[in-house]
Amino acid sequence: MGKVIMTVDDSPSIRQMVTFTLKNAGYEVVEAVDGADAINKVKQHSVNMVITDLNMPNVDGIELIKQLRANPAHKFTPIVMLTTESQDTKKQEGRSAGATGWIVKPFKPDQLIAVVKKVMG
Amino acid sequence: MSDEFDRIKEVYREEATERLAELENAMLELEQDPENMDIIASAFRAMHTIKGSGAMFGHDDIAEFTHEVESTYDRVRNGDLPVTPKLIALTLSAHDHIKALLEGHDKPGSVDMSIGEAIVLEFRNLLSAPIEKTQPEEKPKAQQSRQEKQQPALEQDTDPEKTITFRIRFTPSTDIFANGTNPAPLLKELQELGEAVIIADTHLIPPIKEMDPELCYVSWDILLTTNRGINAIKDVFIFVEDVCEVHIDVIDDATFQEGNYKKLGEILIERGDLKPEDLQQVLGGQKPIGKILEDSGLVPPDKIQSALAEQHRVRDTHEKRQQGESSSSIRVDSEKLDKLVDLVGELVTVQARLTQWANMKSDSDLTLISEEVERLTTELRDNTMSVRMLPIGSTFNKFRRLVRDLSNDLGKKVVIQTEGAETELDKTVIEQLNDPLVHIIRNSIDHGIESPETRIAEGKPEEGTILLTAAHSGAHVLIQIQDDGAGLNVNAIRSKAVERGLLYHDTEMSDTEIFNLIFAPGFSTAKQVTSVSGRGVGMDVVKKSINALRGSIDIQSKMGQGTTITLKLPLTLAIIDGLLVKIDREFFVLPLSSVEECVELSREDVAKAHNRHVAYVRNEIIPYIRLREQFGLDGEPPEIEQVVITEVSNRRVGFVVDYVIGEHQTVIKSLGKMYRDVEGISGATILGDGTVALILDINQLTHSAEEIESSLVH
Repeated sequence: MGKVIMTVDDSPSIRQMVTFTLKNAGYEVVEAVDGADAINKVKQHSVNMVITDLNMPNVDGIELIKQLRANPAHKFTPIVMLTTESQDTKKQEGRSAGATGWIVKPFKPDQLIAVVKKVMG
Repeated sequence: MSDEFDRIKEVYREEATERLAELENAMLELEQDPENMDIIASAFRAMHTIKGSGAMFGHDDIAEFTHEVESTYDRVRNGDLPVTPKLIALTLSAHDHIKALLEGHDKPGSVDMSIGEAIVLEFRNLLSAPIEKTQPEEKPKAQQSRQEKQQPALEQDTDPEKTITFRIRFTPSTDIFANGTNPAPLLKELQELGEAVIIADTHLIPPIKEMDPELCYVSWDILLTTNRGINAIKDVFIFVEDVCEVHIDVIDDATFQEGNYKKLGEILIERGDLKPEDLQQVLGGQKPIGKILEDSGLVPPDKIQSALAEQHRVRDTHEKRQQGESSSSIRVDSEKLDKLVDLVGELVTVQARLTQWANMKSDSDLTLISEEVERLTTELRDNTMSVRMLPIGSTFNKFRRLVRDLSNDLGKKVVIQTEGAETELDKTVIEQLNDPLVHIIRNSIDHGIESPETRIAEGKPEEGTILLTAAHSGAHVLIQIQDDGAGLNVNAIRSKAVERGLLYHDTEMSDTEIFNLIFAPGFSTAKQVTSVSGRGVGMDVVKKSINALRGSIDIQSKMGQGTTITLKLPLTLAIIDGLLVKIDREFFVLPLSSVEECVELSREDVAKAHNRHVAYVRNEIIPYIRLREQFGLDGEPPEIEQVVITEVSNRRVGFVVDYVIGEHQTVIKSLGKMYRDVEGISGATILGDGTVALILDINQLTHSAEEIESSLVH
């Protein structure tokens, strides 16, 4: 109970969709509008998991993952990337930056929950 | 939920409109500055978002169309394709088309789809023109299905016929934690797929001085029996497949021959944990192979454990499969079962006689036979009883409808949750339990759970909850009905009881005693009589039926927090373990489950208590009932009598008898018409020598003794 998940996406609709789905499943959610906002917010909240988009203004998803991994508090935090690109390059880039897993957009709410369960238990 | 979703869809529409404006601006800027990569990137992002969210909010048309435009811009972004005025013009018309799709979404047919097709065609031409070896662009549909495949699959490929046992060797790379992966949830996920045995291989963990706590040294062997297929297992490891070693092998499916499974050595060789020649070398000793291998240090102990587990697992699966094939359930007329129970009861009686006779004869051969018969009879009795046991779940399910209908009638919001539906109880007990439970649940909804408005005002969730649980507790089953409603109002019950003359206004009573007043006939504190409850019939009926089942009832309640009613019921009605006692020449049986202890009562003790019917047991005062007086038996009591101390509705009460004989397996026989309503007796049983012993109804005895007592005091 009370696991906090941060959703990072510059698209309000995706963010709200993710928030809505996770809250329904009993998680607490912190929203961030881009990578820079996310880096700021992890300082204020204790976050158990991060779901981030990759294409974002300011700090993008790959950079966010790198920065979070460099932060000792989030060295082992599960980070799942949202991506529409089915090309392996972007996914590989995310993987080597330290992403735990990925969700390919468009996704259904139960797919999101399945992935959250997979990485957080 | 759908309202919320509609709201989010509206957000998407607003957002997409904004993004389209961004796209339009980017195009206009790009006209001036065609080389500016930042502008191209922002155009790409805009389309990416429109496409990505589109499919999630029911705008598949937009997603498909935008996908085409996006693919083009991916090339532009990578520098493969120059920005030309033609491209900008085309993008702008694409923009207009997306906008039309977005606005026309609620009005099917309002958008001319041929425009879109034309634009897509032009984009494709643009893509294929400058690059010679461009492959034919995949259709969005195909793209879609490829994506689906990459998604952790949810669809369950379940085939109950195809139960397969897999051996999964999961060796994470040592730095698996560094990307936030925790192996534990993965193992848990496997467990959810079927029956899993998980063996951790810990032999690589270095001494603590050399250990880096951020690395993973453990690997796992998982034996999973599942009908979900290999893809479901692969999906578990989808995020870790490139960084971990995962081997999945089928070690058993239905096509395998029955019989003995592979030997331990064979399994280890098959897994590559042991070389065949090493096995040959060690085979020769006398000890079990596992032991030899472990001693010789050829294979780490964990690996041997794992292989042994595989052997067991497959054997078990085989056994189960065979059982599954040969034994299925059959339906039997319940009358036949009743007859069987009757006969077993007779047999138990005869066996008691045999035991008694054997003891008297002191014949060792006879004693041997009698002991053998006793063992078999007990087993037969337990088995016969278990045949009549049914899970209480079906009764629980009936209450869902009741709760739904009642809460609708009363304008309340109530959900019912159940636990322990698999708890088994004698069929007759279950049947007789239905009405009391209906009464209690009605009361909870009517009196307990408040109206939604009140609940919100009190800071509770709008929806009330009734929790129905069943659990075994020794020879009893505990059934709890718990609500999170208003709870019992002690003062209201008290004043109502005073009003009805059930107690004096200054009578001291504990809360529990006051709660018990609601079981008095005709007692109700409801201000209004509703169609559901409030007439005061109900709780006394509940009490009576539970007593008839030789059960007890207990109430716990906290004002504002809710009420918990606990029913304690015997597992079965037909045979009980009893305590046989003797008064004068008569035998009586007390239900052993209520008996707490036996103490002696001398004449001196009685004198010390000034002839009042109380005994001091370890500084506690325990009231007792003299059964000799109760049943008007003649004769002098012995010098030292026995007090059997029992627990009745949370109070300790003693019963004075002449002698305690001992435990007695009691087959309950109901009394004839004439004696059915005799107070204090719930039935009879036949002893080994043929004499009849009466079974005491200790609840009723206590109750009537109390009534006499209180009429004397007042």
